[in-house]
Amino acid sequence: MWRGDRHVLRNVSIDVLAGEVVHVAGPNGTGKTTLLRVLAGLLPAEEGYVGWRGRPIRSERDDFNAEMAYLGHENALKGDLTSFENLHYSIGVRRHLDGPEIDATLDHLGILRCRDLPARVLSAGQRRRLAMSRIMLLGASLWVLDEPFTNLDVAGVALFSGLIGDHVAAGGMAILAAHQGLNVPGTTPRIVELN
Amino acid sequence: MQSTGLLRAGALLYARDLKLAFRRWEQVTQPVVFFLMVTTLFPLALSPDTAQLREVAAGIVWVAALLSALLALEFMFRSDYEDGTLEQLVLSGQPLWWLSLVKAMAHWTVSGLPLVVASPLVAASLAVPAAAQPTVMVSLLLGTGILSFLGAVGAGLTLGVRRGSVLLSLLVLPLTMPALIFGARAVDMAIMGDSSRGPLLLLAAMFILSLTLGPFATSAALKVSME
Amino acid sequence: MWTWFHKLASPPHFYRIAGKVIPWFSWPALILILLGLYGGLVVAPMDYQQGEGFRIFYVHVPSAIMSMFVYSNMAIAAGIGLIWRMKLAHAVAAASAPIGAWFTFCALATGSIWGKPMWGTWWVWDARLTSELILLFLYLGFIALRSSIEDPQRADRAAAVLALVGVINLPIIHYSVVWWNSLHQGSTMFKSGAMSIEMKWPALAMLFGFMLYFGAVLFVRLRAEVIRRERNATWLKQELAR
Repeated sequence: MWRGDRHVLRNVSIDVLAGEVVHVAGPNGTGKTTLLRVLAGLLPAEEGYVGWRGRPIRSERDDFNAEMAYLGHENALKGDLTSFENLHYSIGVRRHLDGPEIDATLDHLGILRCRDLPARVLSAGQRRRLAMSRIMLLGASLWVLDEPFTNLDVAGVALFSGLIGDHVAAGGMAILAAHQGLNVPGTTPRIVELN
Repeated sequence: MQSTGLLRAGALLYARDLKLAFRRWEQVTQPVVFFLMVTTLFPLALSPDTAQLREVAAGIVWVAALLSALLALEFMFRSDYEDGTLEQLVLSGQPLWWLSLVKAMAHWTVSGLPLVVASPLVAASLAVPAAAQPTVMVSLLLGTGILSFLGAVGAGLTLGVRRGSVLLSLLVLPLTMPALIFGARAVDMAIMGDSSRGPLLLLAAMFILSLTLGPFATSAALKVSME
Repeated sequence: MWTWFHKLASPPHFYRIAGKVIPWFSWPALILILLGLYGGLVVAPMDYQQGEGFRIFYVHVPSAIMSMFVYSNMAIAAGIGLIWRMKLAHAVAAASAPIGAWFTFCALATGSIWGKPMWGTWWVWDARLTSELILLFLYLGFIALRSSIEDPQRADRAAAVLALVGVINLPIIHYSVVWWNSLHQGSTMFKSGAMSIEMKWPALAMLFGFMLYFGAVLFVRLRAEVIRRERNATWLKQELAR
């Protein structure tokens, strides 16, 4: 993969199986975000390919997208919509969901009191939790998370780690990039170093 | 887990954009105010003589409307691009061409329709006879639609580009010149009392063409901008 | 056949082959253009209505034809680059754009010079001149879009989408302008009636000369483009050292 003039990502090969957490580690600038975007299908790889259930995602784009949830650096929230509305619209485009389901997830993430507040007045940590609610509600089997713990306090980090643990325990997969060491209850993440 | 159908996804996206637009009232009214101001420039620059104004009214109304609609064009995908929502739309599993069409449709509703509603006022100020007003509105309705659907491609291509709004105008204006030719001509014929059916039908044809082909080009443009 | 094509598209090979091919384009181009100019400016008879001024036709018409030929070339190359992700195709589109823009400018300038003695003004809103002007805007838009995006791959692909949209719109724009012009009794100063053989061959010579010229300049620009994209590659350092 090339980004402009820089040759980022050379000979990278990753396999992920159900129930696994893969931790992509490495210093800044080594291409962690690029790699995750390639895995999510947002960037095409110049050589090689990304496969899902044995087939390249290029040809199975819609099926792959239906089973994958991506969390990038941005929270993907509209500042002028309330927390509830944000989830209602962004999830609604993918699958049916009703009010109580959204409320339950907001509660689980500890932001139920932000339900009817526009996203722009929430703190950075609350917005990250709202973004994570979206990931949870999508009902995808593969989670691709880029620096999910940004802006979170200690309780938040523990909460998110727990959610990831529950997800893979139920047969899901998670690939994430994180600076700090990862502590997921119930499983040991496999580490992939980029340099 | 039941996945959302095409129509419902489109309706949700459309509703979302409309809701967002109306929470920022000022942004919706700005193109209309610009439209009114630009049309005022012409009598000031040319002459207040109504007979003279009537001769050039078709051109003025159309050029002013085109420029006003162009102002709002850069915002079609801008905020979605910056807050990451656009990425999620690309990954949503819904066909991107459909989502592009819905977004352009929402943009047209929010930026184009107000201009159409304001147009009788503007046309009357330029001594356009009442009989020609329907033609003014219909031609602008089609014209702003063409601008939204064709302009969406330009808006998609210039995402994240510095000073993208000027570049966007440079890219989109040549493509809208045919619409301008036929639209202004239709209004002119109506002013002179002739039937404007011919140019209006051609304008409608262009509208349908941009509605059907535009979204595919827009979705290609958006995918390119994601890289 | 594909391996040959792939080999051609690989930068080192392309660089060498292009270098060898250029003289085969440039010398014939020069000869044909000189012949055409001689034929048009000296040999061909004066036009009945327009006098000596008509001679500019021999530069104007080939320029106009080339401006459209290059645009379609550019759009096809851009399309190939977009669909098959070939860098060479994108390079062809990028290299063609300025050449095409210059041809368009030439057509406009010679058209304007042609019109001055007849109409007294430097510009006339004739159907063809107006179409050429809009074509110039399309070229400038393409070049501007490419240069304002920083990431080279994204710039290539964005410009490619624009070129394809432009090429589809081009016939629509052209016929709209022709229609518009006909409404207002447009000046049809570029009517070309029956032409005798003495008038035809210089025009054709100029046209083919221009085409070869385009080929030559295109290859020169492509080599420069290859150098720019591969500036860090080792093969290039060896090649330039030779």
